Amino acid sequence: MRLLNASGCLDALVAPDVARQLDAFVTKTITPLPREGNAPPRIAETAHGMLNAIGLANPGRERFLDDHLPRLRELGLPLWVSVGGFCAADYADTCAALEGIAAIELNLSCPNVDEAADGAAEIVAACREATAVPLYAKLSAAHPDVAAVARAVADAGADGISLINTLRGAALDPRTLKPVLARTTGGLSGPSLKPVALAAVHACYAATGLPIVGMGGVTTGQDALELIACGARDVALGTVLFSDPDAPARVRAELAEAAERVGVASPDDVFARAHDAEKLPHTRRKVTA
Amino acid sequence: MPRRERRSVAGMEPVGPYTLLRLDRGGLDPGVPGQFFMLEAPGRLLPRALSLCLAPPGELAFLVDPVGPGTEVLCRLAPGEAIHVFGPLGNGYRLDVARPLLVGGGIGIAPLPYLAASLPGAPAVLGFRTERHAEAAALLPHAEVVVDPTLVTELVDPSSDVLACGPEPMLRAVAALCPSAQLAWEAPMACGYGACYGCAVEIDGELKRLCVEGPVLGAAA
Repeated sequence: MRLLNASGCLDALVAPDVARQLDAFVTKTITPLPREGNAPPRIAETAHGMLNAIGLANPGRERFLDDHLPRLRELGLPLWVSVGGFCAADYADTCAALEGIAAIELNLSCPNVDEAADGAAEIVAACREATAVPLYAKLSAAHPDVAAVARAVADAGADGISLINTLRGAALDPRTLKPVLARTTGGLSGPSLKPVALAAVHACYAATGLPIVGMGGVTTGQDALELIACGARDVALGTVLFSDPDAPARVRAELAEAAERVGVASPDDVFARAHDAEKLPHTRRKVTA
Repeated sequence: MPRRERRSVAGMEPVGPYTLLRLDRGGLDPGVPGQFFMLEAPGRLLPRALSLCLAPPGELAFLVDPVGPGTEVLCRLAPGEAIHVFGPLGNGYRLDVARPLLVGGGIGIAPLPYLAASLPGAPAVLGFRTERHAEAAALLPHAEVVVDPTLVTELVDPSSDVLACGPEPMLRAVAALCPSAQLAWEAPMACGYGACYGCAVEIDGELKRLCVEGPVLGAAA
């Protein structure tokens, strides 16, 4: 099990000491052209969560490659680059330009941009042709059948899946009854998401058997252990980093304790425990092969 | 250097409609005037960004306006309760000015008492909505005070080196009068250390993170 950050929840160049607590650093999503992001206000606290409508603010591919990536390499951490775009070619062009990194995470699920992307499988297939770097497809649990999307991206050549992204929500100012966010809606993150994340990881692991980075409302080591039990190989921290920059070290320590409480030596020992092994098609396939 | 520590409440003092929240300092550095700290608001997901108001020996004190669920919780803390505190964060005021004038509006007076301690003898002008809010001027005993409808900018000598904090219309008015003023801005923040990109404000025509580039910015920016 590796501990990562969720894309867009940490700037390793501003907070290298936080990044160094992780096993790998995931960048904010990079798009072909620079994006300022959405107008403020961009964040709102909700009951047990928060909304963000940042809108993929990023320096763009060229400045990322020339300026940010070399400085990120100096951290000495495995780097995952989150790639975004508005058509399959956008994603594939960025993937083709990325070398010497641990993995690429394809952001197929940002709720805060208007532009419609091509289908997830089409984007993954285009990127697969463009790079040999491991490809993780970041999917949204808002899809009515996320397991079907997972199967499609697996067939298109994804090496793994990242689950889940934020879910679209809104918050109103209690006095004016107007939306708090300038964009009206934003992506819901934080503890509210955990049950949704557990369900999505469980379904997608059962559907594909691919390595999964589980995320969504992880606040404690117990949360991380439950994602692993649902089928996550790795776990990422998002919103918890905002309130606790020491969260990676704390969650790691709590994870060891949580594993001990359920009677195993390592968190990896609970991998996929939430599944009935007999019912996993990919496991059965392996057994009969 | 910013640190995150769990600190105990040393005292709670009403100041007009506001509350002065005094925390045991522990190993935290008070930082430069205008810098801020993220204070855990128990029961809320996100901490709240508050600039340091006073740094009495062994303590850090914050002026809190109970405007929402997080600041209301902070105003209801009891002595002995402990919360996580992270800071100091951001960029504070430059203190190398020849003719300082401190300008504050409403809860924006929060960083000025600590600033005044670093600029002994600097004059201060403060504006408030009501007489009750103006009771907070007790934190700056030598300040000139006006109450709505008089505007604090009527007291600003444009030839001074203005260091200001207050509501956005006040800051814009100060910037128009004094292009060299240093202004402390406010924006909703989830993290306070550059991670969330929530506190974007327009600086030099670009959206930038106030927690990293500010909260104190030159008026010309």
